[in-house]
Amino acid sequence: MLQTNLKHLLSAKDLEETVAKNENVMVCCGRMGPMCIPVYEVMDDLQGEYPRVAFRDMEFDSADATVIRKLPECRNFQGLPFTVYFKNGKVVKATSSIQNRDQITSILDTQFPAKVVAQ
Amino acid sequence: MSPASFDAIVIGAGPAGLTAGIYLSRSKMRTLLLNEGAVGGQMVLTHEVANYPGVESASGYQLATTMKNQAKKFGCTIRSNISVTRMDLGGETKAIEINGRETFTAPAIILAPGGRSRPLGVPGEEELRGKGISYCATCDGDFFQDKNIIVVGGGNSALEEAVSLTKYAASVTIVHQFDTFQAFPHAVEEARQNSKIRFIMESTIAEFLGSEALERVRIRHLSTGQITETFINGVFVFIGYVPNTETLRGLVDLNQSGEIIVSPLLETNVPGVFAAGDSVAKRYRQITTAVADGTIAALSATDYLHTVGELGSVEEAVAVS
Repeated sequence: MLQTNLKHLLSAKDLEETVAKNENVMVCCGRMGPMCIPVYEVMDDLQGEYPRVAFRDMEFDSADATVIRKLPECRNFQGLPFTVYFKNGKVVKATSSIQNRDQITSILDTQFPAKVVAQ
Repeated sequence: MSPASFDAIVIGAGPAGLTAGIYLSRSKMRTLLLNEGAVGGQMVLTHEVANYPGVESASGYQLATTMKNQAKKFGCTIRSNISVTRMDLGGETKAIEINGRETFTAPAIILAPGGRSRPLGVPGEEELRGKGISYCATCDGDFFQDKNIIVVGGGNSALEEAVSLTKYAASVTIVHQFDTFQAFPHAVEEARQNSKIRFIMESTIAEFLGSEALERVRIRHLSTGQITETFINGVFVFIGYVPNTETLRGLVDLNQSGEIIVSPLLETNVPGVFAAGDSVAKRYRQITTAVADGTIAALSATDYLHTVGELGSVEEAVAVS
């Protein structure tokens, strides 16, 4: 299990249920390595700022992570972590390798915009 | 003293900044540590640290986490993954604005912004990062099992990582811009003895090519200008670091390489502003040298605060921590 403060996805079923129950999901699939840890930390920091997004991690080397590794959106990825964004059950964005806070928030703001409540 | 004012603000939470945070907080200075990325800086890029005295072996992440916990235990306030949006370093009280909305003040500042991997800066690099171009062998090496890869660089990192990548790759070609290596002789010898490694000297990558993943590179021979195109599965780039000092230009004196110019006591040209770690103009950059810098900068800052009589009371500091 990854040593992060995020909620962990421990199986493919876990991922399936999380994506089904939440409109916006960001999953970081990686190891406890130098390119992955900064992404987990940014996600942890953003949990308070983006309550509309479910932030999860998943261990890259677990057998069930195949479901992420084999996504068509990740087929050319050769850098950890694989980070995948789901909206209404569908992949809307995926990135390979390290991403900084600005890159991540840019994706979150674009793919998961805050809903404007009509006055 | 308001919650936004501190005795000292440290910018950067690599080994230099964390050490400064430990020393200042332990001296009961109200200390704020601000960091734009993840705590640990370049240290967390190291898979195994085996030459840190007193620690037989640890990952860079473990070492960084221990240092962070030490700093917090002594009362240091740490804010990571922030953006420094404004710095006013003139005058007796310095002001640091973060995320465009919060401002913190202190009479002493320690700059320890560190550095980052130097990119090649050639066409295709940004688009194909993570899709065949990597800057971390321990992270991404196993994606290149039985593949043909290139390592760019001629320093210790490049040579050592090239050898380490032969565990996975079918072949490793080292591309280096000079006709000799800057790495230590034993690292060069180990690479030369490895049958999977070949060398292309006096050359550089001119362009990365590929639609969805890296497919080919163009290599330019620097003496003749001749360009050759090669099919390749992966490229690892180890050509050193650039200091994260772009936002400090005009605020403190930098040298031509963008490194902060400091005195032996790690004072910058601005009174009350000190600097430490990889962003400082110096020869050697190791975790141990960064830790030493953090110590010296913290002690110099403490001396400065005593001299100018700008310390908050011990009672206040204890109450906050």
